[in-house]
Amino acid sequence: MRSSDKGADKAGVITRPPSAGELLANRVFRGAAYGVGAATLLLLAFIIVVIGGEALPAMVREGFGFLGRAVWSPGRGEFGIAAEIWGTLYSSILALIIAGVFGVAIAIFLTQDFLPGKVAVVFRTIIEMLAAIPSVVYGLWGIFVVIPAIRPTANWLHDSFGWFPPFSTSMGGPGLAPAVIVLAIMVLPTVAAISQDALRLIPYKVKEAAYGMGTTRWEAIVKVMLPTASGGIFASLVLGFGRALGETMALAMIIGNANQISWSLFAPANTLAALLASTFPEAGDIERGALMYAAVVLLALTLVVNMLGVLVMQFTSRQTVN
Amino acid sequence: MSLAAVDIPASDAGILPDRDYAIRADVSKIFYGDFLAVRDSRIGVEKGKITGFIGPSGCGKSTVLRSLNRMNDLIPIFRLEGTVDFMGQDIYAKGVDPVAVRRYIGMVFQQPNPFSMSIYENVAFGLRLNRFKGDMDERVQSALEKAGLWKEVKDKLKQSGLALSGGQQQRLCIARAIATQPSVLLMDEPCSALDPIATRIVEELMLELKQDFSVAIVTHNMQQAVRVADTTAFFSVDISQGGRTGFLVEVGPTKQLFDEPREKLTRDYVSGQFS
Repeated sequence: MRSSDKGADKAGVITRPPSAGELLANRVFRGAAYGVGAATLLLLAFIIVVIGGEALPAMVREGFGFLGRAVWSPGRGEFGIAAEIWGTLYSSILALIIAGVFGVAIAIFLTQDFLPGKVAVVFRTIIEMLAAIPSVVYGLWGIFVVIPAIRPTANWLHDSFGWFPPFSTSMGGPGLAPAVIVLAIMVLPTVAAISQDALRLIPYKVKEAAYGMGTTRWEAIVKVMLPTASGGIFASLVLGFGRALGETMALAMIIGNANQISWSLFAPANTLAALLASTFPEAGDIERGALMYAAVVLLALTLVVNMLGVLVMQFTSRQTVN
Repeated sequence: MSLAAVDIPASDAGILPDRDYAIRADVSKIFYGDFLAVRDSRIGVEKGKITGFIGPSGCGKSTVLRSLNRMNDLIPIFRLEGTVDFMGQDIYAKGVDPVAVRRYIGMVFQQPNPFSMSIYENVAFGLRLNRFKGDMDERVQSALEKAGLWKEVKDKLKQSGLALSGGQQQRLCIARAIATQPSVLLMDEPCSALDPIATRIVEELMLELKQDFSVAIVTHNMQQAVRVADTTAFFSVDISQGGRTGFLVEVGPTKQLFDEPREKLTRDYVSGQFS
């Protein structure tokens, strides 16, 4: 059959269909991939069902009033998480504003040719390392560094501008302000990293178009690069917000765990995650049910925010890739 | 080989005394770092005419075009020796701001690159940049009309410019470039990403644009140069020094350059002997 080696009539010399073994391996791999994927979904469903089940009696007993009351008194059997919802949103929004400003500024600085490539990589790595510091270390740092450092300024602000609601109390120790500062630093890597990706994704031809129109570098960044990356930057803020909502240990250590609703930055406050962490160890049965209810609220809040972020990111990446 | 033995054309070859030029470039050397990319190229962009730049890849035609409005300054290792005279001013003289140069000399790129904003805002971009105070709507409409796009987009000005087809996007980029009425329009292979129909539309557009603008166009398509260019410049590559250095071989009226080229290199190229 030498002749079939050349010419057009050589089918089957080198090419052959996949063997039964190869087909089997393919099928096994596909099954395993589906299985692992399904297991993840099942796990999420399982968590929701268990927490929801534990929370159900409390949800029935307390109703929606639970969300509107600012009491936590196991002795009298009165529970409500209005103060924690307030503290969670207030601290997260403030932290997000700070982290947003710095994170986007850092992203611009690192992606728009302000630094030589190697320096930018070092810088970027350092900022990503902030995300690797354990939460409890941030908490300690907050207690021993941030609180003493900002107390004089805080009290001066209170003495001078006490009529302004955020400065309406003096600062004794733990409170919202140090919590917000620590939270902002913890959220910063998320915002900076995703904003950088969004800016780096912009094709070179867009930058060329901007400079070709005669923009200065500042105009190119503000009028072209940031609007083009706006979807990704928005997603970075939403994901950073999700991270801030769920942050637990550091906040439990420095927010003061006080059950009150206040505009003051210097007053102690509380968040949902901090409430769970600090109250669970000594909770009785009824209090545990109430805590589970609080956990459901926190879970719903973070899930919704994260899903929103992912949706925005997918929607906008589809637009910019075009 | 044959490329090594080429005589550098007489230094006046690219610029003729009896013509009216918007830009006169006298490029003796262009470097990227240590790499000599282009040498000895004198070339003008005639007022109200289309000047075509042709030549094999690597011959420096795009590099020279992008030197005419200092786009190459985006590349940090770029360096030019020579002068580029625009409105009596050497744009490479000390103290000249490349940003200002680019506002007077517009550019259309190889890949359509509209901004991720509405069609209207794309065209208004340069007007806003130059703090234009007049009737914005009217300027946007007239730019889109000149770019031959108005009829297709007049009912969807608020839609994203990225939602248009490739050919429409390129015409949008042309509208964006001409909205501020720059005196010169540089086009760097503007049709290379377009299909033949869109290419034909853009070519017809160029012929209309030369009534208002001086146009220089780089093309790898010789037929395109024949169809649109009044004057054609042929660049080639010199590999004799071990590098790949582009240089201007010959400039002439398009018909003459293709039918009776003065240089053997040009003759070989336009007759398809090498590319």
